[in-house]
Amino acid sequence: MDKEYKRMLKKFFKNPSGVFGLVLLIFFTIVAIFAPIIAPPQPSNQYEPYMMPIVTWSPDPQPPSKEHPFGVSERRDIFYGVVWGTRTAFRIGLIVTGVSTLIGLFIGSISAYYGGWIDEILMRITDIFLSIPFLIAAIVLTTLLGTGLDKVMIAMIVFGWMGTARLIRGNILQAKEEQYVLAAKAIGVSTPGIIIRHLLPNTIFPVLIQASMRMGSLVITAAILSFLGLGAPQGYSDWGAILNYARNWMLGAHGEALKYWYTIVFPGTAMVLFVLAWNLIGDTLRDIFDPRLRI
Amino acid sequence: MSVLSEKTPILQVKDLRTYFYTEDGVVKAVDGVSFEVYEGETLGIVGESGCGKSVTSLSILRLLDEKGRIESGEIIYKGKNLLELSESEMRKIRGNEIAMIFQEPMTALNPVYTIGDQIMEAIILHQGLSKDEARKLAIDMLRKVGIPEPEKRVDEYPHELSGGMRQRAMIAMALSCNPSILIADEPTTALDVTIQAQILELMQQLQKEYGMSIIMITHDLGVIAEMSDRVLVMYAGKVVEHASVRELFKNPKHPYTWGLMNSIPRLDIEYERLYAIPGTVPDALHFPEGCRFHTRCEFATDKCRSEEPPLVEVSPGHLSACWHIDRLESAVAVQRKGESA
Repeated sequence: MDKEYKRMLKKFFKNPSGVFGLVLLIFFTIVAIFAPIIAPPQPSNQYEPYMMPIVTWSPDPQPPSKEHPFGVSERRDIFYGVVWGTRTAFRIGLIVTGVSTLIGLFIGSISAYYGGWIDEILMRITDIFLSIPFLIAAIVLTTLLGTGLDKVMIAMIVFGWMGTARLIRGNILQAKEEQYVLAAKAIGVSTPGIIIRHLLPNTIFPVLIQASMRMGSLVITAAILSFLGLGAPQGYSDWGAILNYARNWMLGAHGEALKYWYTIVFPGTAMVLFVLAWNLIGDTLRDIFDPRLRI
Repeated sequence: MSVLSEKTPILQVKDLRTYFYTEDGVVKAVDGVSFEVYEGETLGIVGESGCGKSVTSLSILRLLDEKGRIESGEIIYKGKNLLELSESEMRKIRGNEIAMIFQEPMTALNPVYTIGDQIMEAIILHQGLSKDEARKLAIDMLRKVGIPEPEKRVDEYPHELSGGMRQRAMIAMALSCNPSILIADEPTTALDVTIQAQILELMQQLQKEYGMSIIMITHDLGVIAEMSDRVLVMYAGKVVEHASVRELFKNPKHPYTWGLMNSIPRLDIEYERLYAIPGTVPDALHFPEGCRFHTRCEFATDKCRSEEPPLVEVSPGHLSACWHIDRLESAVAVQRKGESA
């Protein structure tokens, strides 16, 4: 097993885009971990450090300066929000991807392994969930549950597992016909053992890759919901919420289209790089982990 | 009925019927098959593709997919009817009491685990050994099946081994729990001829050492002649002939068996074209009325087309299902006379 891991690590580090993605991810991780040092919360809000401090009473945005390196938007310090927003991004990405992937794996593998009417019922439920436009469903659900980041996450989980379920179902349908599955049954392995020990390891790689790609795009979805005012509460460190503040300033001032560029560029760049990091890693993982691509 | 009736059988299959319910209709893949397996012997099951020989073996272990159902019959193993056991009791039989090896050693091993992992899985499952003990046993088993440097090979992945080595690893996996019966479903079909001979020899040697019974499923009469004590010839889901291997080759009592034997290329006689049984195996959805072989049989009469011949003892220990054994016998006699002349 060690030999195999070494070979995979070697392949990973030979892939420049994978290494770039990993570097970006490590950077974001460090920022998230050391947020209290990089952007220390002021004494006034140390009990709720995720709230961006109000630094001015002027309603106009202020360009980057020494005290506020990314500028000020809606009276709040953008730098502070971007730094603490990294934590929010990770939390949304990891929890939503993790939970929805587990749900998808469970439903998809049960459906494929047992087939018949169980498959029929589970797949029709999946179809129903898929037929509802995601944004509208998320908006309705958050309206029902109330706004807030946790509600947004619940909505994203409830309407986010179907892709995984279908993907793993297709893979298992194919893999369960393989002779090694019959061979495993013939030595007396139980059904959960067959699914967990024999089918999933052969079918899960595309799911992991999909999950890592989704990790990035989920942050964008959360940002959209925040932008629509459904997500994080006013002043919460969330990249989407910061972009929401920029709504009034996006078009710039009269004759100066780029006057308030900093209200979009800093949170936007953070978001783009975060998504890019996960996508690059996902691509590289696909290239090196998939046993079918191994020569 | 049985050939070696003085011994008690370890496995008895009685009137087994396994049907598949497909969208096009019911496929009677195994339709009233009975046989016994005695301790330490090798029973060969021979027939063309689709005659039900693999389905018979999968039925014994109850490994059919969701479309297949065992309609009726009994499978008595050491006094227990396997068809009445619960799924968890059945799991204790699989691999532990009755093990199976498969045709394709390329695909019968899981590509993501080392062969050691896969042998250990069976050992840990049935013998409750610790990981270290299981690993030791796995290495011993690999050595026993003739894999060189087993300490190194145990950590290799299936794709790192050749076809013959993989089949050896499969055999090691099947024998690791010391089963009473080994079902070998075309174990050498995917291998080239020299490797085939080695694997068969290995199986015979391990059979002597472990004293297990083997059910050898194959379409190759050469393998049957090499390995078996008794032979079951299957055609279209039914047993058409059942005899000891010597008796079967000496006095075939069914036109199908005789046709199979004539289809083996021989060097001692000259002919323009190798004999082939005319026609093809009938569609499993629509087996012909009467004797299922009548569509391809040169001795067929109206009786064969309407009435199904029963499997009866035609000489001591020799069962056959044919209405016209006399006609076959005279044809065989004519042919053999021609050959010796």
